[in-house]
Amino acid sequence: MKRLIFPLLLMIGWALPATGQHKLPDLPYRYAALEPHIDSLTMYIHYNKHHAAYVNNLNKVLEAYPEWQLKDVTELLAHIDKLPQTIRTTVRNNAGGHYNHSLFWEMLAEPGTTRMSSRTEKALIRDFGSVEAFKQAFARSAMGRFGSGWVWLLQDRDGKLSVLSTPNQDNPLMPFVARDMRIVLALDVWEHAYYLNYQSQRAAYVEAFWNVVNWRKVDEVLK
Amino acid sequence: MKFELPKLPYDFGALAPVIGKETVELHYGKHFQTYITNLNNLIPGTKFENADLETIVKESDGAIFNNAGQTLNHNIYFLSFSPNGGGAPQGKLAEAINAAYGNFENFKKEFVAAGVSVFGSGWVWLAKDAAGKLQVSKEANAGNPVTKGLVPLLGFDVWEHSYYLDYQNRRADHLNALWQIIDWKAVEARY
Repeated sequence: MKRLIFPLLLMIGWALPATGQHKLPDLPYRYAALEPHIDSLTMYIHYNKHHAAYVNNLNKVLEAYPEWQLKDVTELLAHIDKLPQTIRTTVRNNAGGHYNHSLFWEMLAEPGTTRMSSRTEKALIRDFGSVEAFKQAFARSAMGRFGSGWVWLLQDRDGKLSVLSTPNQDNPLMPFVARDMRIVLALDVWEHAYYLNYQSQRAAYVEAFWNVVNWRKVDEVLK
Repeated sequence: MKFELPKLPYDFGALAPVIGKETVELHYGKHFQTYITNLNNLIPGTKFENADLETIVKESDGAIFNNAGQTLNHNIYFLSFSPNGGGAPQGKLAEAINAAYGNFENFKKEFVAAGVSVFGSGWVWLAKDAAGKLQVSKEANAGNPVTKGLVPLLGFDVWEHSYYLDYQNRRADHLNALWQIIDWKAVEARY
């Protein structure tokens, strides 16, 4: 019996997620749901390896800082400049990575399952001239991001929409990036987000992204 | 000055399985080529029109720096490999490594650890200062230690495009494997 229990305990131990407040959220669809635009292997690795690593690293770096351990990820990001210098960059990178990916998964949906609402369309036309002009501005921002980063569609307090790109895992919740901006849409342009399927063709990935945007979510977020 | 792709002293598939054939084809034929094309398109009409690459990297910023930096970085990177590479450095470089890191094994560990810790896209470099002393330099995106007055000797690319098809998220595995194909004669010649 003893001989059996020990490996069993070990197995349970292995199966437990890293201890800590931050958890990998459930993916709201199957790995293959976004194919052919985002392939299932990319989804699998992106979620289980990259996103999970941000969550684990974040929990690990906060272990020795109980006063920050229970803070929500949005609070960590909003107060990133108040964090102890020794862990600030690690929290910036990993809380950013955790938040950005959690948001990104929700911004995607199986092709053909959601449509741009007329409210969203009107807002895009109001602030960019046309939906096409918005998509072009968004794609230009994606192509202009040198290295790793994200592209955002943001809405300010007056409701005005704009496009912004940030490096690495920075995001508009960080006070040195933006103030009072609501994230309406997010696109990951790290190479790991598209390299298996598109290799050096980032533009093709950005173009394909429009097929898997969760327009219902966009409409929900939009003021 | 028109910049051009350097000829590779090996076949696209010759570095496999450390770097797969498709990765070399894309990395050299698409990414590297694009930086050179962009650079050649950006410099006409600027003060860099007749400048050499290192001068451009030292004195430029923005898009010119990004493309010049990546041209210089990949020039060094792709000419640091050989299908018959591996082993250990010899002579003065070996002495300098021992002086700075105790021994070659320690140096490799420190170099890979530095590469793993670059967040996002970038490079890790072994570089020497004016006195010949070695240091490991972490650089973001297109960075190269020439901007710090150092001479780059060996650079490992940690942009995901350099390893994603072969290693996906396992950057450390990729960096540890690269030692098998380092052409130490080429690196020693830079020292």
